[in-house]
Amino acid sequence: MKVRAQIGMVLNLDKCIGCHTCSVTCKNVWTSRDGVEYAWFNNVETKPGTGYPTDWENQSRWNGGWTRTKSGKIQPKQGAKWRILANLFANPDLPEIDDYYEPFDFDYDHLKSAPEMEAFPTARPRSRISGERMQKIEKGPNWEEILGGEFSKRSKDYNFEGVQKEIYGEYENTFMMYLPRLCEHCLNPACAASCPSGAIYKREEDGIVLIDQEKCRGWRMCVSGCPYKKVYYNWSTGKSEKCTLCYPRIESGNPTVCSETCVGRIRYIGVMLYDADKIEEAASVEQATDLYDAQLDVFLDPKDPAVIEAARESGIPEDWILAAQESPIWKMAMEWKVAFPLHPEYRTLPMVWYIPPLSPIQNAAEAGAIGMDGGMPDVRNLRIPVKYLANLLTAGDEEPVVHALERMLAMRSYMRSKSIEGVIDESIAERVGLTGQVIEDMYRIMALADYEDRFVIPTTHREQVEEAYDLRGGCGFTDGNGCSSGISSGSLFGGKKKPLRMPQEVQ
Amino acid sequence: MHNFLFGIYPYIALAVLAIGSIARYERDPFTWKTSSSQLLRRRQLVVGSILFHVGVLIIFFGHLVGLLTPIWIFDMLGISHGAKQTLAVVAGGVAGVMALIGGCMLFHRRWTDPRIRRTSSVADIGILALLLAQLVLGLGTIVVSVGHLDGHEMVKFMNWAQGIFTFQANAADHIADVALVFKLHLFLGLTIFLLFPFTRLVHMLSVPLRYLTRPGYQIVRSRRTGPAE
Repeated sequence: MKVRAQIGMVLNLDKCIGCHTCSVTCKNVWTSRDGVEYAWFNNVETKPGTGYPTDWENQSRWNGGWTRTKSGKIQPKQGAKWRILANLFANPDLPEIDDYYEPFDFDYDHLKSAPEMEAFPTARPRSRISGERMQKIEKGPNWEEILGGEFSKRSKDYNFEGVQKEIYGEYENTFMMYLPRLCEHCLNPACAASCPSGAIYKREEDGIVLIDQEKCRGWRMCVSGCPYKKVYYNWSTGKSEKCTLCYPRIESGNPTVCSETCVGRIRYIGVMLYDADKIEEAASVEQATDLYDAQLDVFLDPKDPAVIEAARESGIPEDWILAAQESPIWKMAMEWKVAFPLHPEYRTLPMVWYIPPLSPIQNAAEAGAIGMDGGMPDVRNLRIPVKYLANLLTAGDEEPVVHALERMLAMRSYMRSKSIEGVIDESIAERVGLTGQVIEDMYRIMALADYEDRFVIPTTHREQVEEAYDLRGGCGFTDGNGCSSGISSGSLFGGKKKPLRMPQEVQ
Repeated sequence: MHNFLFGIYPYIALAVLAIGSIARYERDPFTWKTSSSQLLRRRQLVVGSILFHVGVLIIFFGHLVGLLTPIWIFDMLGISHGAKQTLAVVAGGVAGVMALIGGCMLFHRRWTDPRIRRTSSVADIGILALLLAQLVLGLGTIVVSVGHLDGHEMVKFMNWAQGIFTFQANAADHIADVALVFKLHLFLGLTIFLLFPFTRLVHMLSVPLRYLTRPGYQIVRSRRTGPAE
């Protein structure tokens, strides 16, 4: 047993209101720079839809993630190592920027500088890459917002696999949900495996996956390797960039920017202990539907004395073990079994998990006629088809999703009974295999979601990872080259010359 | 002048190549990259880039082996100079045409596509133009070479190149009487060496062959300075 700690995240989709605050705050902090205007380390998609970049879930097109070979081993779906090297000159699986969208800005200045005209001046779009006028904006970072666009286009959504999707195009039967997405900080990251330079690595102490900007050579195999398309090539610096899980914040015990600013309080961050020796085995199981269970087996019970002993031997600090015991992630993923990995079939063992959303009972007019199971509706009558959620979260296995939705309905039913009717009905809890006590705990964490219940983040042990003496006069976080800005302006080695603007003498 | 261009300039070019590359790698590793523009425009890149790179690689290793292998090894192997030159002309010619076609596609794309043009530096366009010019000159030398396929001229270049690398003071004398197109080709080649560390060409020094020998796929790094696991 090789115990390691991982900072994991759970997003409670049942509460996501699709406000995009996470995306915007992330953008402001991390990607408001040249070359990554088109990149959203965090984005929120309306489902069903083809997402961003378009059709990202279709791995027969993009070849992201892993594939299991006949011999039972796994290798990147885009090819074994020699195959990846052979594609260095031109990567056949790399999306073009138009698959995301061409970043644009508007001629705002024209609004105030336009001469007197017959027509009202408008701010027309311009490409942020070429600077040329764009006649029509064809795509944006959230092009299918609230089911925007025709159903025929949106229904290309990969998660309709095995669903009779035609009826969901009808107005009466339509359904939607939000899916905020960020880097999954996988236990078995396909981006790191695809990187020929070895620039992408997983941090041992907290599991955050990072790209070393000085080692990245821009071979761009990570972009195609990541099945979630969450590694972005910065066309200005020629390096790949990705979500850093706001590691400077995590290290100091603060939640990521997206989590901190989440209006719906849907995000949870906590520590999971896992057995690093089991990763390969778990990622290689034969049936895709077994991957969810296999990943559950990788996690270690932080209250098990044997695990605690092994964790101490592996050098995991005491407060991290304590944090793992209090982890909201552990409770939702392992104890209550209400959270699931996103597309486990990619075999990356992702670590950002999702609680599936409840939805209104389909065809409310007939609500009396549908299967009411002792005060609780049958989850198969919910508006969002269970099969759709299962394709998203459990490689198509409906049973775990049904189980989770039932528990969430039971939680509502139990709490409604308790707080409105004043009756504590243990039978509701028992029917879904819980106790009233557990349901109250679920309610406290999932519904009330206080800050300290959502985020249980131990700080990094700085004394173990850095020499404070060496940090004197350091430059903080830079984008590459130590104290230089990362772009060597006007140096020998390329880059545009940017004259230093000094304060000017005032007349 | 001849002695400077072909006796001294090679050392300047090679010294800048070596020291400049080391300095850049050491001082500014963030700028060490391929500068791929595939994300911005796929059109013309896939075919162009593959043709260009494969062609250039064949030419590069052809020159390396052809110029720097001591003549006595060829004699020992029983390869006549004529045969070697024929091989060089045929293989070099095919690879040269491949690289030229690919390079022209890449140049056309870089020059006319507004996205690529706007994001290209002067060095990006300049070095590609120089490489194309070098390819044209290189193919031009074939026209001269087919006039004398006995390999006599070729031996002069081998003597020169090996003379440079063995620090013979009179190395430039070996090629004093060769055709102008050869001299231009050599001069431009040395100039490309000189410019190498200041352009995107440095990416060829980081061909990630180590990827093949990396154990497994995953990389886990620890910042812990304390007791290792």
